Amino acid sequence: MISVVTAGRKRRNTELGLGFLAVVVTIGGYILLALANGPTLPPDLGALLAGIVGLYVIAHLAVRRLAPHADGTLLPLAAVLNGIGFVTITRLDRNLARIQSIWSAVGVAAFVLTLLAVRRVRTLERYTYTFALAALGLLLVPLVPHLGLTVNGARIWAHLGPLHFQPGEPAKVLWVAFFAGYLTQKRELLSAGSRSIGRLRLPAARHLGPLLVTWGVSILVLVFERDLGSSLLFFAVFASMLYMATERSAYLLGSLALFSAGAVTAYHLFGHVRDRVQGWLNPWPYRTGPKGYQIIQSWYAFAAGGVYGKGIGLGIPDRIPYASTDFIFAAIGEELGLIGTLAIVACFLLLVGSGYRIAVESPRPFSKLFAAGLTTILGLQTFIIIGGVTRMIPLTGITLPFVSYGGSSLVANFVILALLLRMSDECVTDEPAR
Amino acid sequence: MNHAIRRVGVVVVLLFVAIVAQLTYLQLVRANPLNRDPHNIRVVTRDFVRERGDIITSDGAVLARSIPAKDQLKFQRTYPLGALFGHITGYQSITLGNTGVEREYDSELLGRDIRLQGHSLADLLNSHNPTGTVVLTLTRTAQEAAKAALHGRRGSVVVLDVKTGGIVASYSEPSFDPTPLASHDTTAVQKYFTALEALPLHPDLPRAYRERYPAGSTFKVLTTAVGLDTGVVNPTSPFPRVTNIPLPQSNKTLSNFGHERCGGTLAESFTVSCNTTFARIGLTLGDRLATGITAFGINAPAPPIDLSPGAAGSVGPKFGTFSTNQPFFALGAIGQGDVAVTPLQMALVAESVADNGVIMVPHVMSEIRASDGTVVRRYHASVWRRTMTPGTAAILNEFMRSVVASPNGTGTAARIPGITVAGKTGTAEAPGGAPHAWFIAFAPAEAPKYAIAVLVERGGDAGSEATGGRVAAPVAAQVLTALLKGPASG
Repeated sequence: MISVVTAGRKRRNTELGLGFLAVVVTIGGYILLALANGPTLPPDLGALLAGIVGLYVIAHLAVRRLAPHADGTLLPLAAVLNGIGFVTITRLDRNLARIQSIWSAVGVAAFVLTLLAVRRVRTLERYTYTFALAALGLLLVPLVPHLGLTVNGARIWAHLGPLHFQPGEPAKVLWVAFFAGYLTQKRELLSAGSRSIGRLRLPAARHLGPLLVTWGVSILVLVFERDLGSSLLFFAVFASMLYMATERSAYLLGSLALFSAGAVTAYHLFGHVRDRVQGWLNPWPYRTGPKGYQIIQSWYAFAAGGVYGKGIGLGIPDRIPYASTDFIFAAIGEELGLIGTLAIVACFLLLVGSGYRIAVESPRPFSKLFAAGLTTILGLQTFIIIGGVTRMIPLTGITLPFVSYGGSSLVANFVILALLLRMSDECVTDEPAR
Repeated sequence: MNHAIRRVGVVVVLLFVAIVAQLTYLQLVRANPLNRDPHNIRVVTRDFVRERGDIITSDGAVLARSIPAKDQLKFQRTYPLGALFGHITGYQSITLGNTGVEREYDSELLGRDIRLQGHSLADLLNSHNPTGTVVLTLTRTAQEAAKAALHGRRGSVVVLDVKTGGIVASYSEPSFDPTPLASHDTTAVQKYFTALEALPLHPDLPRAYRERYPAGSTFKVLTTAVGLDTGVVNPTSPFPRVTNIPLPQSNKTLSNFGHERCGGTLAESFTVSCNTTFARIGLTLGDRLATGITAFGINAPAPPIDLSPGAAGSVGPKFGTFSTNQPFFALGAIGQGDVAVTPLQMALVAESVADNGVIMVPHVMSEIRASDGTVVRRYHASVWRRTMTPGTAAILNEFMRSVVASPNGTGTAARIPGITVAGKTGTAEAPGGAPHAWFIAFAPAEAPKYAIAVLVERGGDAGSEATGGRVAAPVAAQVLTALLKGPASG
């Protein structure tokens, strides 16, 4: 037990040290940004420093207190990504940055609250179906008249008075919780199968139901909310979780077939899907139109950055549409260059790597699936948006976790972070119960 | 379960590897072609987000300056004197690209010239970009005098500093205000430019150095110089007094102006601008005329002025064509036929007479100053061409004085009390309307300071009655008076 305590203390000290680096990176970026405009330090530097250090210390102390044995790299990685995002948003729009800083604080609060509320992850297993209902409800909120809001063609917003949020962001955490719970309960049934068609063994329809419901919902989201990125993410996460729960690659192939069928249908049915695919295959003939303009501006930004970048505040990323949200990575690419973009990819890689390690090391199936699902969400979301803005895959508008402007996304990601830390802590403290 | 989790993890890592590959491709391999893509707004606006230095005249008038703009380009270029210097400053335009001094001295204005960069660490940390001020050889006084003397008539006035080749004035009527073209509103710019292009008089055309006209009798200066230098004629060479001469290889004749009878010595012929005498010289010279005028820059690379786009070249009878096209040598000798010259070229001809047969490289830049006012670069005057021997230049100097001073000279309207003006008139026939009125001159003739070329298209308001002496000579006198006696007497 003593060695466990020492190891935990070591992890916490690592977390504190790396956090110091994250603060240095953020503050350094903020100073460089100010210097790009004139030879004076930003007047609010002290306030910002106090704010960042304060938030980080609060989060760190919460972990030290509530999950003392958890992985020591997750929090600093999230902090540095959030910090670089904040500097980039400041560079693009100071007003948005002010709001983003408030959301970061709310995110840290949600992080602490999650650690406080979820003392044992296995207690969540009890609420499996509650989560499913809540997620479904949240997903449908934007479609409700008066509550829902269409922004830039996608109906993914809800508003209560002055407060706007994307219900899809909390919903995605709830979905993963539901999948993890459901699959933990049914995985043996699902992997064994009860009926055979030739060599293919299929489980009973009632066990497969949730898969079909999920597929249906993701298509529904695609159709009514015009949110390509989220539907792709939901479906991919569910398929991979199904595979991880059952270890049967047939599910992966089946999901792929379902997805392909859905994608082809969507391509033929919906103009906006067609536009995105055409803009991906060859945007050049559409350089001024909606199919090509965004992605070409994004490419120009990455190219302008080159290897070393233009320097913070010295490029013109404001030319890219949605530079502070969907296209923030292009803005970073212009000003920080290949070195900066690869550094961010490396941060995500470390984050995702730690996440899967937590999943592998988790003693309980539910934790394994939950950790793996949350990590997959982070990893795939990162891939979908970076792949989209670099024209590796068709562009779908979602946020870059921790980096993009957007309160709902930031809060949801901090909750994911807290849950991963909770499970990481349990890898050490929880006795495997079988 | 761990097995499958690891597999999914590996897949996600592979996706990240693909991202790394794509980013490397985009930011390393494709970066250069994309950065040169003409559609890339960064290529176009790269220089627009930076402050530019001023363009000022040598008498201190600001012609172009950058003022802070509220949009993302940060600086807006304006041209306080507008159309007066429009053909010289050119414009800085996102939509159309840069022209004139703005294009030629782009690096200097942006402070990219290494001599404009700071030398100390303090300079490096200074927030202001180093910019350069381009000081022109032109003066506001001269330019305003040129505009006033043209009095709204279509045409050009070019004034050169005889010793340096610096352009003191270069004004063409009509002109245009470059400020609207420097607007950041690309649609407004395109609209203004299309409207400008559609105007029948082409105000955006810098006639002074980009438009060619038949030279008329001003070309006799060249014919005389070549004749004297080759020894074909001397000042007292006699010529028959006739009203016309037959053109060889054709059944046409070449007449004197107003069918007058003239001739006598070369000097007499020059004073009254006798066509038959010079046509005869042209025919005697043959291909030697073509060779001789090349020394002046005709049928040769255009004068290398420091404006962009540059000057148009001037043309005349071609070497080796005399045997097949003799009439063009008779006509060319009096500035007709296939002779087509820019006002700038004719100012350079006047300059070479004034400066003992030397043409200096014409230029508009006088010096480049750093933002603290120190001069970092001066224009070094250099010889462009040697056109005639100093002896020939001295003879032509006398001839041209006579054109103005003699009672029967064609250029008496260019006389300035107290100052000896040497000049040559030209009345250039051109199909489709009244003749163009020319006058080239320099003054003071004893110690020349300024050379000038005046062109009034289609004779201005004089119409078919126009002659160089009547229409263009007074313009030259007015401008030279303003320059040599100060604006008070202009």
